[in-house]
Amino acid sequence: MVVEPIDVASLIARVSDASVGAISTFLGTVRHVNDGRDVAGIEYHAYQPMAERELSLIAEETCTASPGLQLAIAHRVGTLGIGEVSVAIAASHARRAPALAATTYVIEALKRRVPIWKCEHYIDGSRAWVDPTSSAAPRMPV
Amino acid sequence: MTIHVLLFASYADAFGSRRLNVSVPTPCRVDDLVAAMRGLPGGHVLPTKPLVAVNHAWVPGDVSITATDEVAVIPPVAGG
Repeated sequence: MVVEPIDVASLIARVSDASVGAISTFLGTVRHVNDGRDVAGIEYHAYQPMAERELSLIAEETCTASPGLQLAIAHRVGTLGIGEVSVAIAASHARRAPALAATTYVIEALKRRVPIWKCEHYIDGSRAWVDPTSSAAPRMPV
Repeated sequence: MTIHVLLFASYADAFGSRRLNVSVPTPCRVDDLVAAMRGLPGGHVLPTKPLVAVNHAWVPGDVSITATDEVAVIPPVAGG
């Protein structure tokens, strides 16, 4: 979890070495329209100790599933403007399939399980917490 | 006993605080705590089975909690 802009190049460098044949990256970025509303920026908040624990668990599961995988994850908190990177995942392996699968697994698990919330600020001055479940009842994210 | 509950995002806004002390009977399960919270001002935002974490781990509603546990009642997560 970081407050400063994510250094994507450094994240990639952390999973790079001579044994690596493939590096897969995923970047989540702030887009300017959500549900038809014009977004000015997003404020990310986290239950920090639990978010870090859950991210570690996700990383551990991902690496256990693919021996030889290297993984680096960074999620930013605080206020982000349009186009800024909110989350970055870099996965590397000797082969491309495990690297590609890892970035998908991590982002999908993160979205279900990590206690992070975003408050969207709209250009009309209003703000609202994003609820991805909308009217659906929440289920325990295990 | 009193359970010290951590709140976040839309739930903190609804209850007007990021921390809430909730009186519950002993023993107490997560579901009992949630029922007690739904009766408090702001409690209308809680579904019958919200997401709850105890000591930084997700737990189901039938788990027992004590006054020394760190309990968080958590709005739908929206990371990434």
